[in-house]
Amino acid sequence: MNKILLVARREFLSRVQKKTFLLTTIGLPLIIFIFYAAIIYFQVKSTGNYRVAVADNAHIFNGKIDAKNDEIVFQFITADTAQLQKKLEANEYDGYLVVPASFSIGGKDSLMFRSAKATGLMTREKIEDRINKALEEKKLLGLNVSKAQLDSLQDQKELIKFSSASGKDENNAKVGISYAVGMISGFLIYIILFIYGTMVMRGVMEEKVSRIAEVIISSVKPFQLMMGKITGIGAVGLIQFLIWIVLVFGLQFLLPLIFPNLMGHAQHVPIQPAGMQAAHAVQNSGVMEKLSLGLSEVNFPLITGCFIFYFLGGYFLYSSLFAAVGSAVNEDPQDAQSLLFPIMMPIIFAMVIMTKAVNDPNSPLAVFGSIFPLTSPIVMMARIAHGVPEGVTYFQLALSMVLLVLGFLATTWLAGKIYRVGILMYGKKPSWKEMFKWAFRKN
Amino acid sequence: MNNILELHNLKKYYATQKAVDDISFSINRGSIFGLLGPNGAGKTTLLRMITGIFFPDSGNIIFDGKEFDPLNDIIKIGYMPEERGLYKKMKIGEQALYLAQLKGLSRSEAMEKIKFWFKRLEMESWWNKKVEDLSKGMSQKLQFVITVLHEPKLIILDEPFSGLDPLNANLIKDEIYGLAQRGCTVIFSTHRMEQVEEICDHIILMNLGQKVLDGTVSDIKQQFKENKFSIKLSEIPADIAGASFTVTDQKANALTVKIKEGFKSNDVLQYFLHQNLTVESFNEILPSLNDIFINLVEGTRAKTRAFQSSEA
Repeated sequence: MNKILLVARREFLSRVQKKTFLLTTIGLPLIIFIFYAAIIYFQVKSTGNYRVAVADNAHIFNGKIDAKNDEIVFQFITADTAQLQKKLEANEYDGYLVVPASFSIGGKDSLMFRSAKATGLMTREKIEDRINKALEEKKLLGLNVSKAQLDSLQDQKELIKFSSASGKDENNAKVGISYAVGMISGFLIYIILFIYGTMVMRGVMEEKVSRIAEVIISSVKPFQLMMGKITGIGAVGLIQFLIWIVLVFGLQFLLPLIFPNLMGHAQHVPIQPAGMQAAHAVQNSGVMEKLSLGLSEVNFPLITGCFIFYFLGGYFLYSSLFAAVGSAVNEDPQDAQSLLFPIMMPIIFAMVIMTKAVNDPNSPLAVFGSIFPLTSPIVMMARIAHGVPEGVTYFQLALSMVLLVLGFLATTWLAGKIYRVGILMYGKKPSWKEMFKWAFRKN
Repeated sequence: MNNILELHNLKKYYATQKAVDDISFSINRGSIFGLLGPNGAGKTTLLRMITGIFFPDSGNIIFDGKEFDPLNDIIKIGYMPEERGLYKKMKIGEQALYLAQLKGLSRSEAMEKIKFWFKRLEMESWWNKKVEDLSKGMSQKLQFVITVLHEPKLIILDEPFSGLDPLNANLIKDEIYGLAQRGCTVIFSTHRMEQVEEICDHIILMNLGQKVLDGTVSDIKQQFKENKFSIKLSEIPADIAGASFTVTDQKANALTVKIKEGFKSNDVLQYFLHQNLTVESFNEILPSLNDIFINLVEGTRAKTRAFQSSEA
C-alpha cells in the first residue's frame, strides 16, 4: 500500500510540477474568463442603442413601436427620404425605415429599411421581430379582435403544467437545465476517460520504452506500479477539475467587482455565465425567474457527488485497460491504436446512448446503458441530471454503482495480469489473443 | 549458514522451451559470483526469479537462511537489470531519492546515502540535471549507485560494464571489490569472460537452461587443462624428441609442448636439462574461460532470444 502511494506521489508531482499543467489548469479558466469579460465589455461599451428613424407616412404605427427593453430605439419623425439620408450620413441615426403613404396593412407591399453600416444578423432579426409584432397587432385589431383579447392571448403561455408522480413541478426550464447538465457532465466524463486514459497509457509506454520498468519492478510489484500510476494520474485529473470549477465560478463572481458599473447593463446581456444567473436571479423577466427556479430544483449536490463517483469509477475501470494496452506495445504508437480500438468502442457507444438518454432517461436503452459498467459512467450522468427518482430509480442507481465497482475490480485484475507480463516484454506487438492468454495463466 | 543464497532444483518452463531447467547452486556470503552463459541461456529468467519478479514453477530459493520472501527480502537485494533505464525527464537527485524510497528507505536515510555515494563517485554536481542530459557512461554510473544505494546484502549486476569507458569501468570494479569486502555478495552476469576471470571467485556456466559448470575459477581451469606447457629456450636444436611430450607448436625459440599421459612436468624439464639447453622460462598453459566457454557451448544450438516465442 505504502509503495502504491509512493508511486502515485511521483506520478502526481511529476505532472503537477510541469509548466504545461499550470498552463492548462490556470490558463484555461482564465481564457474563458477573459472571453466572457470581453463579450460583456463590448456589449456594454457599444452603448447598445441602435437608433432607427421611422418615417411613417401611412400612419400605421400610431407613432409607437413597442421596443421592449431592447437596444433598438424607434424615433418617429416626418421627413422625406433625402432628409433621412442626410441624417443618416450625419450619424444621427443608425438606420431609417420608410413607410410609404400607400402602404396598407392587408397589402403585399414591403417596407424599406436602410442603414449606414451593414446590419448584424441579431439586430436585423430584432428589428424585423418588433415591426412584425407591431404589424400583427394592427392586423388583429383590424379583424375586430379587442385589445383585451389580444393581451390575454399573449399572457397565456403555459397551458399545460408538467409534473412528476411525486408531485414535483417540472417546468420547461427545469427540463432544459436537466438536459444541459446531463449532456455536459456526460460529455465531461467522456473527455476525462479519453484524456486521462491515454495519459496512463503513455506513462506506461514511457516506462517500458525507457527501460526503467524492470528496475522498478525489482522493488515494487507490477500491480503496485500500475495502481500507483493510475491513482497518481487520477489525482491529477481530480485536482485539475476542482481547480477549474473553483476558478470558473470564482472568476465569474469576480466579474461585477472588476466592472462595478457594469451590472446594471450586464443584466440585459443575453449571453450570461451560469454562475451569475444563479447569483443574480432577480430579473423581473419571467424567463429568468423560471430559469432560477429550474436551477434550484436541479439537485446539484447529488449531481456533483454522483459526478465524482462516476468520474472516479469510470476512470479506474478504463485506465487499467489503457495501462494494459500501454504495457503490451513498444515504441510504435501505431501499435497502440489498433489495440485501443476495442477499448474505445464501448466509450463511444456510451456517448451515443447518452445523447438519447438525456432526452428520454427511462428508455430501455438508457436503463441498460446506465447499469452496464462499461457505459454507465457516461450514461448515468444523463439520467441523474433528471433527478432521482424521476430520471433514475434509487434501485437502478445503487445497482449501477455496485456493478461499476465490481467492473472496476474485474478490469483491474485482468489488466494487472496482462500488465505484469507485458511490461517486461520486448519484441513484437502481441495480439489480443496472446494478451488474453497472459491474463489467464498462472504467475 | 555461510550461504547467502541457495537454489534448489529451480525450474521455470515456458510454453515452447525450458528457460530454467532444474538448476541448483549456492553462493557464499561475501563472494563475487559469476553467472555465465550465452544469449538465451536463461540467465535473465533465473535472475528474475532470484529478485522475485518471476515465481519459479518448482524448486525453492533460500535467501539468507530462510525461504525467499519477495515482499520483505527485496530490500536486501539490489538488482541492475540488463534492460535498464531511468526516467528521462526527472532530475537525477529526485530520481535516486524516489528509487531508494521504493526500496524501503525512509526519506532522510535515502538522502544521507545518496549524498554519500554521489560524493564518493564525484557526482554531486549532477543533482539537478536530468537523465537526458547525461552521457551513456554517466547514466550507467548513476544506475550503479541506485542499485547499491541501500547497501543490500545481495547485489545482482547484469552486464554492469557495457557502455563504460575503461576509467569508469575500473571505478565500478573497485566499488564492487569494496562492496564484497564489506560483506556484500555480488552476482555478476555476463558473457564477457575476461572480466569474469579477473573479478569472480566462483562461477556457474549455464546453457539451454541447465547448469554446465560450477566451481571456482582456478578449479575449473585445472579441470579443463590439457597439460600444455610453454618453454622458452636460448636456442632450439633441429630435432626435439622426448618420450614424455610432443611438440604442438613452435615459434622462434618458444615451444608449446603437451605432456604425455603418465609423465609430469619435471620429466620434460629433465629432458631439456639433459640436452644442455638453457631454459629461460617454463609455464603451464591453462585454458582461458573463453576457450572453455566456447568449447562447452559450441554445437549445442544455444537458442537466442530472437527465436523464442513472445511468451516469456
